[in-house]
Amino acid sequence: MGSYAHPEMLVETEWVAGRLDDRNLRLVEVDVDTGSYDSGHLPGAIAWNWTTQLCDTLRRDILPKDAFEMLMAESGIGNDTTVVLYGDNNNWFAAWALWQMKIYGHKDVRLMNGGRKKWLAEGRELTDEVPAVPARSYAASAPDAALRAMMPEVQGLMGSASMVDVRSPDEFTGKILAPPGLPETCQRGGHIPAAKNIPWGQACNEDGTFKSFDELKSLYEGKGIRGDVPVIAYCRIGERSSHTWFALKYLLGYPDVRNYDGSWTEWGNMVGAPVERGA
Amino acid sequence: MAGGRAEGYQSRQAELSGWPVRISSWRLAERWRCEVDNVDPGAVIARAEGTTREAAETAACEKAAARLARTRTF
Repeated sequence: MGSYAHPEMLVETEWVAGRLDDRNLRLVEVDVDTGSYDSGHLPGAIAWNWTTQLCDTLRRDILPKDAFEMLMAESGIGNDTTVVLYGDNNNWFAAWALWQMKIYGHKDVRLMNGGRKKWLAEGRELTDEVPAVPARSYAASAPDAALRAMMPEVQGLMGSASMVDVRSPDEFTGKILAPPGLPETCQRGGHIPAAKNIPWGQACNEDGTFKSFDELKSLYEGKGIRGDVPVIAYCRIGERSSHTWFALKYLLGYPDVRNYDGSWTEWGNMVGAPVERGA
Repeated sequence: MAGGRAEGYQSRQAELSGWPVRISSWRLAERWRCEVDNVDPGAVIARAEGTTREAAETAACEKAAARLARTRTF
């Protein structure tokens, strides 16, 4: 049985439970449902709101470097802090936050395997107390553009890179324009031509943890995603694809994996963009 | 609630307004909490609290069904 390429990027709930008082560990909850934190969270954990704190709120973009540095500093995170991210929905937006932290060069940031769901299911301690954290100083690196695909790169790499569409089959085929119950945010349904549909959740076990190295290898290689060419993952707004990006880059160890965070809300709205429908 | 543990965590799949959903509920302190997500991708589309599991689930499912009913297919 193979092992993850970077096992240090994942920690288990038990590992976290044993370190709740570790002063050099910062626990951060990042949820799709931004109200989840208030209904009970890990003791000592702070929360980041993805709609206001993990993006540029004026133009569509990730956090600018200075805003990222401020968020880290105000969160009590220094460059040497070990950060463990977790959240609802098998760490969707926790992975999105991790992706941004890696773009800005944070050395030690990890995901709690299974996220909030597993912690709850195990009946572990929760609190509604919001901790006061002392501010730190933080200096981010220049953004690592190799972790991110912008639209012109995606267009330029069509035919030479592996495109992984991690949305649901109904979104991929164009049957629906957005996940059931969520707002429609594109003009056209379908997918980028030649993309492979590997829904993000297929990388997870029922308890929210990641599947084993061998299972992940079989899943992606079975669809022709071997890591021998650049891999571009996309979804609707780039958060589900952050989860897949994490699995491909850190668990399988593919050397060139990029998250196209413009994703379908960019591609499916772009005038003249090629679109395929159907499976 | 200052501190506590989730008790009685349960999760099951069902169908609302023609779409698959996952209904998860648990008790924290004196309140039951329920979240309904859309399975794929799993986004929480409704949540509610109640004094019993049934009350929390019923309220959350009503909200979820209303949101799901607005989903268009092509």
